Amino acid sequence: MSKPILEIKNLSAGVEGKQILKGINLTINAGEVHAVMGPNGSGKSTLAAVLAGRAGYDVTGGDVIYNGKDLLELDPEERAREGLFLAFQYPVEIPGVNSTYFLKAALNEIRKSKGESELDAMEFLNLVKDKIKLLELNEDLLRRSVNEGFSGGEKKRNEIFQMAVLEPKLAILDETDSGLDIDALRIVAGGVNKLKRPDSAQLVITHYQRLLNFIIPDFVHVLYDGRIVKSGDKQLALELEAKGYDWITKGA
Amino acid sequence: MSTATDTIESLVKQEYKYGFYTDVETESAPPGLSEDTIRLISRKKNEPEWLTDWRLKAFRHWQTMQEPTWPKVHHEKINYQDIVYYSAPKKKGDGPKSLEEVDPKLLETYEKLGIPLRERERLAGVAVDAVFDSVSVGTTFKKQLAEKGVIFCSFSEAVQEHPDLVKKYLGMVVPYTDNFFATLNSAVFTDGSFCYIPKGVRCPMELSTYFRINAANTGQFERTLIVADEGAHVSYLEGCTAPMRDENQLHAAVVELIALDNAEIKYSTVQNWYPGDENGKGGIYNFVTKRGLCRGRNSKISWTQVETGSAITWKYPSCILQGDNSVGEFYSVAVTNNYQQADTGTKMVHIGKNTHSTIVSKGISAGHGQNSYRGLVKIQKSATNARNFSQCDSMLIGSKCGAHTFPYIEVKNTSSSVEHEASTSKIGEDQIFYCNQRGLSTQDAVNLIVNGFCKEVFKELPMEFAVEAQKLLGVSLEGSVG
Ligand SMILES: Nc1ncnc2c1ncn2[C@@H]1O[C@H](COP(=O)(O)OP(=O)(O)OP(=O)(O)O)[C@@H](O)[C@H]1O
Ligand SMILES: [Mg+2]
Repeated sequence: MSKPILEIKNLSAGVEGKQILKGINLTINAGEVHAVMGPNGSGKSTLAAVLAGRAGYDVTGGDVIYNGKDLLELDPEERAREGLFLAFQYPVEIPGVNSTYFLKAALNEIRKSKGESELDAMEFLNLVKDKIKLLELNEDLLRRSVNEGFSGGEKKRNEIFQMAVLEPKLAILDETDSGLDIDALRIVAGGVNKLKRPDSAQLVITHYQRLLNFIIPDFVHVLYDGRIVKSGDKQLALELEAKGYDWITKGA
Repeated sequence: MSTATDTIESLVKQEYKYGFYTDVETESAPPGLSEDTIRLISRKKNEPEWLTDWRLKAFRHWQTMQEPTWPKVHHEKINYQDIVYYSAPKKKGDGPKSLEEVDPKLLETYEKLGIPLRERERLAGVAVDAVFDSVSVGTTFKKQLAEKGVIFCSFSEAVQEHPDLVKKYLGMVVPYTDNFFATLNSAVFTDGSFCYIPKGVRCPMELSTYFRINAANTGQFERTLIVADEGAHVSYLEGCTAPMRDENQLHAAVVELIALDNAEIKYSTVQNWYPGDENGKGGIYNFVTKRGLCRGRNSKISWTQVETGSAITWKYPSCILQGDNSVGEFYSVAVTNNYQQADTGTKMVHIGKNTHSTIVSKGISAGHGQNSYRGLVKIQKSATNARNFSQCDSMLIGSKCGAHTFPYIEVKNTSSSVEHEASTSKIGEDQIFYCNQRGLSTQDAVNLIVNGFCKEVFKELPMEFAVEAQKLLGVSLEGSVG
């Protein structure tokens, strides 16, 4: 029996008085891959944002225990340093800030908080070399400003590259597959799979069963109107693909 | 959980590292301004008559002038009779003959500011002229520079040792009638740096002046004159700080640059005068006239400024592109936090044929700061095929600050082209969150984003200065986000 990395208990949250998450329950254990699916606007990105601690979201009820700690008490950067990683649905551009510099700063913050020594430029570049290969990333991107002028697919691939370097305990991937061509999808999914470790976990948000052919989930959950209305194994994704959401939501 | 906007707006106190005061015995003139004050200054400096007369002419002209009201800054009326116009650390006997004889307290002051002057510790590759209140206390590497024929000394010394050069070039770019503050400076300037690079010489090291205001109620009026003779190259740096005081202090400097045929002058400033406290009390009024004349063909003058200090900054480093094919550049980062105000920009006046100018201005406002870019691009009829490119970007941190842009463009011929780009952005909450999510604190995120925003300017600074500027930017914006 592996121990839980994340326990979400009856979590409710909203924005500007609008209730979006209406009582989410979800436990993710070490070594597991969970997929969350659901129609547009059902609250998938909101769940990711609340877990990552984005300002502007009000938690109105429930608890989240991460790694034995009260997650909601932590600042966003503390959550990141504790190994919570969010691959953004829409990665943000930071003009003028070199990608390599940015990622090195991020890694060193995480290392510092673990009491590890900071890496210098050479050590960092060595580490990065392997990860670039893993994601078949164009090295040129690392010399450019963070996400600036990256194509949609490059941005997504860059998110997973960052994940590979930062080696999170819990990775939340928000629609990392959308916008990827079929080859890129295979590479990114392959990367994600290689990053799987017995002591880490992944929460994969997606609309498409296709991704789950590459990243095999242990559990699939359907989020609808702020609640998880159905959970199952990877068969559930296939069923959704065949029947659409109506099949589940009619009764919800 | 508070919203990101609240977080960004919650200001906390920032510390100004250079706010200490050095207790030295000084010799000062009584406050007030009259022809007698000017004669006193001129006599103290043992100046030739032509210079005394020049000062007096300036003073008489100044009395007919009004303080300008067009800059977008607000301050209480300055009483020019309350200001002390001359204050110098007391000299023992004839005064120091070399740096080794300078009052150790002064040397310590500069050391504390990170500018060691003593032979053993001084900065490698950078010659420094240290100006303390009204006078220069010493200049490093003079001998090494003299071997190349480079003259680098205090203005007072130049008046004594190189009167012909001073007489020839003083006021050539900024005449004593130029504007209210420049005219005041012409009347009462006390010291500054002088630099002459002879024909064909590439100055072997960076030259720099470090200005320090120390005494209370004293104005600092220094004058810098840099002449690059034909084919000469020089890179010049300027730094400045002042103690923390509740009263405002006036700094009205004039800088004149002259580049002859094929000469190049690169002038970089990191301005860090005391900005006042978080409620806007105290701080330096920095009303400065800086202008370069590209007098010769193929000459080039490049201004780079990082303005983080001062309660009020009013300054427009400009280029007059007289020689054919001459080039003028202006790269600026201006930061206003708390209640700081900055009205800054440049003038590019194209006179010669095929003259080119580039303007890159980055304004950052935080707290209640007000930041204005004011720029003039003037292309005269004679300046055929002239080209200008201007880019003015403003970044707002929080919602109580302001950014303003006042571009003026005058083109008098049809073969020239002028391009102007401008943008205003709020520092993105989504950018900060993205950084947070990767483990960076909000303050580090802001520094990173702002430094990225200023990158095009920082890359124009000499290496050591660029590092310093980035750090300074971080300190200036400390507390701009909670
Ligand atoms: N900042 C906000 N202000 C107002 N409404 C918001 C905000 N963020 C999310 N919402 C609303 O909350 C609901 C859930 O949005 P969310 O982005 O979580 O959906 P999603 O499941 O990720 O959808 P998609 O599949 O389209 O990405 C939507 O109706 C959205 O409009
Ligand atoms: Mg979404």
